Amino acid sequence: MSEATLTPQTSGGAPKKAKISEAVIRIAGNSQDGIQAIGGFLARLAGRSEQEVMTFMTIPSTISGGPSIFQVRIGSGEVLSAGDEADVLLAFYQHSYEGHINSLKKGGIVLYDADHVEPKEEWKKDYHHVGIKISSLTVEAIGGTAKDKGKNIFSLGLIARMFDLNVPKLEKLVEERFTGKDPSIAKTALMAFHAGYGYSVDTVMNTFQFVESRKHETAQVVMNGNEAIGYGLIAAGVRFGAGYPITPWSDIMELLRRELPKYGGTFIQCEDEIASVSMAIGASYAGKLAITGSSGPGISLKSEAIGWAINAEVPLIICDIQRGGPSTGMPTNIEQSDLFIACFGSHGDAPRVVLGPSSVEDCFYTAIEAVNIANKYNVPVIILSDQAIATRIEAFAEPNLEKLCQDISPDLSPVADHKPYDLSTPDGTVKRVVPGTQILSGKYPIATGLEHDEMGHPTGSPKLHMAMTAKRRKKLQALAAALPLPKVYGPPEGNVLLIGWGSTDGTIREAVDRARAAGDSVSSLTIRHLNPLPNDLENIFSGFHHVFVVETNDEGIYGYGGQLCSLLRARYCDPKIRGINKTDGLTWKVKEVLERTKILLDAKKA
Amino acid sequence: MSQTISTTPAATTATATTAERKPLTKKELAADHPTWCPGCGDFSVLALYFKLIEKAKLHHEKFTTIAGIGCSSRFPYFVQAHGAHYIHGRALAFASGVSISRPDQHVFVFGGDGDAFSIGGNHFNHTARKNIKMTYVVMDNWVYGLTKKQTSPTSPLGFKSKTDIWGAVDQPINPMKQAISAGATFVARTTHTNPNHVLQMMEAAMAHDGFSFIECLSECVEFYEGAFDASNPRKGGVFNTVPADHDVTDEAAAYKLAGEAFPGHFGVFYKVNRPTKNAKEQEIITNYRSKVAGQKDWQILQKTFDRLK
Repeated sequence: MSEATLTPQTSGGAPKKAKISEAVIRIAGNSQDGIQAIGGFLARLAGRSEQEVMTFMTIPSTISGGPSIFQVRIGSGEVLSAGDEADVLLAFYQHSYEGHINSLKKGGIVLYDADHVEPKEEWKKDYHHVGIKISSLTVEAIGGTAKDKGKNIFSLGLIARMFDLNVPKLEKLVEERFTGKDPSIAKTALMAFHAGYGYSVDTVMNTFQFVESRKHETAQVVMNGNEAIGYGLIAAGVRFGAGYPITPWSDIMELLRRELPKYGGTFIQCEDEIASVSMAIGASYAGKLAITGSSGPGISLKSEAIGWAINAEVPLIICDIQRGGPSTGMPTNIEQSDLFIACFGSHGDAPRVVLGPSSVEDCFYTAIEAVNIANKYNVPVIILSDQAIATRIEAFAEPNLEKLCQDISPDLSPVADHKPYDLSTPDGTVKRVVPGTQILSGKYPIATGLEHDEMGHPTGSPKLHMAMTAKRRKKLQALAAALPLPKVYGPPEGNVLLIGWGSTDGTIREAVDRARAAGDSVSSLTIRHLNPLPNDLENIFSGFHHVFVVETNDEGIYGYGGQLCSLLRARYCDPKIRGINKTDGLTWKVKEVLERTKILLDAKKA
Repeated sequence: MSQTISTTPAATTATATTAERKPLTKKELAADHPTWCPGCGDFSVLALYFKLIEKAKLHHEKFTTIAGIGCSSRFPYFVQAHGAHYIHGRALAFASGVSISRPDQHVFVFGGDGDAFSIGGNHFNHTARKNIKMTYVVMDNWVYGLTKKQTSPTSPLGFKSKTDIWGAVDQPINPMKQAISAGATFVARTTHTNPNHVLQMMEAAMAHDGFSFIECLSECVEFYEGAFDASNPRKGGVFNTVPADHDVTDEAAAYKLAGEAFPGHFGVFYKVNRPTKNAKEQEIITNYRSKVAGQKDWQILQKTFDRLK
């Protein structure tokens, strides 16, 4: 919470410059207005200013246009979520104003484009209204027509003035962004920025200044979750990928297509989802551990091929950037409803690994972890991200790339003998031997989807099917035994333990902070290893009276909870594990988590 | 070391016995005894594949044999070399991953008409148009054999099967036309009853730099006996090779040959040189690599991260 609330100027008093520790700014307009660019600039500035930042955006699933928002929360201390309520709403249109006034906290500031917005009298008492003719002032500053771009950069200037932001740093960001294009574009952008900054907003309202943030030891990098996965895979040594476009996964394939050639690798756009998973599996089989990915329906289409990789014990990385389902569902909305398909989505007993990154930074490290697990256990690993993390921008400590970057090229030295499906190893893992390797015994392995003997040749033997099924399962059991136990956020014992996975992590932790500040006994646990689950979670659960699993998915037919909740109940048979679920396609708000926790507690008391 | 997909991995050139390794013999190449029915045309394709490898002096680590699902797709189990038996219809996509990521490998794909033209039809078109380097032999028997006599995409009209007891009603696919129109750069036709011709076509296909496709008629003695008798002189048919004056670079002429009534002609219908997908990807890589010459991978990534600050 802000140290000084962003309050409107009281009549008569001279405008002041208040010290604040954080601010939530929501920019609402249409998708073609470049509002993501304003948010992006603010996020990058925060990263360069050692501040913490988190963003949240919505995009319409229409081809062009449609209402869109970008929310950015900047703080001098820890920022865990994009914020429940905005301190400032920048509204470009009447629909932006009317549609988002409710997201503004009482007493917050609505900065509106007076060329397009007619403020409502009844809202004036609750919110401080500041009308500025953003469209016409932009035209005045840089020429062109009101339909042209530029008002986003003008508004960035306004915000910079309001929050006393670092102008040289912003100018540099604007220049960097427009470098490479026509030099006049960068010049025009800076003119728009200065026009906004020069507008004397401080004569009509209070302005603010962030308190100095704590010093970070290393520089920060600013990116979204999809970028973090892409760069993490590159650091991990992945040099081949294949995919098919689908929202919100496409950013990763575009990034890898663009970046991999620099590293001697390539990413192939395929004719369909099945071809892309198959091509990736082919490359993995050939010794180049490969990545494919998708969202929604694309994951369903890949399921058969993933089953082959499990049976053939070929490693593979699959990114599932979840969106609302089933079927085409809600392509640009948030949901965590692919956990079951990630864990079980193939016919037959088909054990695979599922990891759920819990922040943008975690996306980077999870990608590396996924590659190393896949390589060690010869198993497909699914990185289960979602639309919220995919598009969210965060600043995080720059990774030590020299230390982290690894070479995973195949070893093609001749071997004396090789059994690809050796049953004698205790944990079921076998070092892979790939095409190009001479095997001196003259006996060569076949990678296969049929049940097979130790050399990969087909068998219908009940004994071998039992042994091979157990072998594939044992690998995951060995992995589970090696997994670290996740750390409880808050005290390890208490009344309520909130469990989350993926993008809800920060919001749930903020809910814990708020509940504890109010005197409630609440802790939380984020599970990153979703399949297999780490061992000994029951030792954590035993410290709490209630275990509530917060998920952005349906409560299920039997009503006790969503998909992770079901897995935990199946494993621990503990009725104190209950679900807190929602399916509105939006991120959780801190207050929602707290209200729903209270409702569930009250229901259990009754 | 940077992990260029293009460079031949160092170890492949340093095999254990570099000194004068003899060509592989049929004995060294044969693995499991084929599970095909006695008399199946696929036996001769397998025997000629062994001969091809032997004549080309390819060693075990130089080639990969890949198949999807079907009777003929059991192929890799019968070959003593690196191989994969993939899922139904997707062998070409899998093989593309091997081909593009491992340019040191000769990639051979074997399959049937159902795998190629029904469930895998989309991949056939796109692998052909992208000209991904590999040799694809479709053993066309005009019927589903593994599942015991259902109509296949190449079954002629009127063919009685378990799914068309009154005779097939759907227009069959013409594999040669399909390959030419999809953009395959090498399209040939042969039949299992003429072993020398099969070998000739395989050798020409293997030598082609691009996606080389062979339709090899391969009789299913169990479910479609006598299907190809009209092309077999020993059964009173005629085996006509492509006319000497046929221009293999003439797409329209090739298409016309493909449209002839059965038994038609045998041989190379179409062959043109067009850059492979493999070469085009390599060109992109070479271009990008020249811009980062001398930098380690982590340094390249560091430069990107510096821009994200």
